[in-house]
Amino acid sequence: MIKTDILIIGAGPTGLFTVFEAGLLQLKCHLIDALPQPGGQCAEIYPKKPIYDIPAFPEVLAGDLVDNLMEQIKAFQPGFTLGERADTIEKQDDGSFIVTTNKGTQHQAPVVAIAGGLGSFEPRKPALENLAHFEDNGIAYMIKDPEVYRDKRVVIAGGGDSALDWSIFLTDVAAEVTLIHRRNEFRGALDSVEKVQHLKDLGKINLITPAEVTGLLGDDSLSGVRVKKTGEDEAFDLECDSFIPLFGLSPKLGPIADWGLEIEKNAIKVNNALDYQTNIPGIYAIGDVNTYPGKLKLILCGFHEATLMCQSAYQRIHPDKRYVMKYTTVGGVTGFDGSKKEAPKAVVKAID
Amino acid sequence: MADVKITITDRDGVAHEVDAPTDMNMNLMEVVRAYELAPEGTIGICGGMAMCASCQCYVESDHDLPEMSDDEDAMLAEAFHVQDNSRLGCQLHIHEDMDGLKVTLAPEE
Ligand SMILES: Cc1cc2nc3c(=O)[nH]c(=O)nc-3n(C[C@H](O)[C@H](O)[C@H](O)COP(=O)(O)OP(=O)(O)OC[C@H]3O[C@@H](n4cnc5c(N)ncnc54)[C@H](O)[C@@H]3O)c2cc1C
Ligand code: FES
Repeated sequence: MIKTDILIIGAGPTGLFTVFEAGLLQLKCHLIDALPQPGGQCAEIYPKKPIYDIPAFPEVLAGDLVDNLMEQIKAFQPGFTLGERADTIEKQDDGSFIVTTNKGTQHQAPVVAIAGGLGSFEPRKPALENLAHFEDNGIAYMIKDPEVYRDKRVVIAGGGDSALDWSIFLTDVAAEVTLIHRRNEFRGALDSVEKVQHLKDLGKINLITPAEVTGLLGDDSLSGVRVKKTGEDEAFDLECDSFIPLFGLSPKLGPIADWGLEIEKNAIKVNNALDYQTNIPGIYAIGDVNTYPGKLKLILCGFHEATLMCQSAYQRIHPDKRYVMKYTTVGGVTGFDGSKKEAPKAVVKAID
Repeated sequence: MADVKITITDRDGVAHEVDAPTDMNMNLMEVVRAYELAPEGTIGICGGMAMCASCQCYVESDHDLPEMSDDEDAMLAEAFHVQDNSRLGCQLHIHEDMDGLKVTLAPEE
């Protein structure tokens, strides 16, 4: 059982910044995210695109924003459960909550902050017969540990950045890499497209385009895929150990919708006059996942909501303590790792 | 500037005739959201960058629409439920020539 002060569901920008504001109050955080990496939409949908409305950043790449947040919260040593979806929540007699993921990992905390954005990112799955049967038995939709593919024959399908980047990466790991796409054209960063071209010319990537995987072969585990090239009548079978369809991810509110929270327009209703708490005391919702009159789904709004929510969480966890907010410039930042950042003292010195 | 009339059939098969402004820098995906013809969170996920296909629709009138960009074409190559008359709503800028346009929203993926 993982125990913490604030359990954050969703490691997007809102969830990450919560760690900082909680840390200033000496509260520890643990984050759960369905994605294998932190950053939410910024990391998954548009890491290489600029954002122009982060206060004091005239321009920042979404991926850099995430890197900066990770750097900012490092001293507060957040825990991460990545690649797992928070599925159930149970209230305990002592008022705390136990949240369990789809992989069975359990987390306990007195406060739960849902920073789930548009929902948990779920893979877009191709419509193939027996797909579910081979899931985790040769078929995967995201790559958490590339070592799994060491010396294996891997087929990747898709035409975007992740299909290109993983095909490139796996040429050094897998025995064989085949990339299948419906079109001859790929869409991705220029250098990724060029690299795949180069690896194809070297014979390290077996490129099959325009083509589609139309069937799955094997009994208990996957032994191959059936491939049909556009314009050809006959499909052919291709032996492989793993098939990784990378058709992007789409967010789904998912199990959180059944947690007894008030939902409106696919978002969780919160008290925005006070502290972004939901209808269940102790459960807060911040960032894109919440709604209230006038709500805007913007990163800067998520940061603000996270800050106020942490103050309320502190009161909840320490009902008897009095607290006055201190500026970071004045109080400095003391990490759980023993690090301390503080403003340099001014000198007091005569000028003669 | 005048509004144009567009008929949008939602995912439940209900047709809505709506007024779409030509002078507000809007696209068809945003019109659907402004009139709440699809639940929040099920359309416009990428904000209109031709990166998610949640705004896919089928064009049912024979309007001459602007050609697809490479981005739109590539996204539709990866989307599901694609037909010959599929377009991405976010790439269709509302224009006077669209008066009388008829579209149906593609199913949610
Ligand atoms: C293309 C694009 C451009 C944008 N441009 C801007 C801009 O210029 N300015 C701006 O302010 N905003 C912009 N946004 C919006 C901005 O990215 C979001 O407001 C922001 O990401 C919201 O942060 P969040 O942390 O609340 O949620 P998200 O970033 O959505 O993160 C939520 C995370 O929670 C996880 N999650 C949800 N449910 C579960 C569960 N049950 N179990 C485990 N994990 C779960 C998800 O997997 C996800 O990683 C843009 C968005 C897009 C797509
Ligand atoms: S809104 Fe994402 S492709 Fe149109």
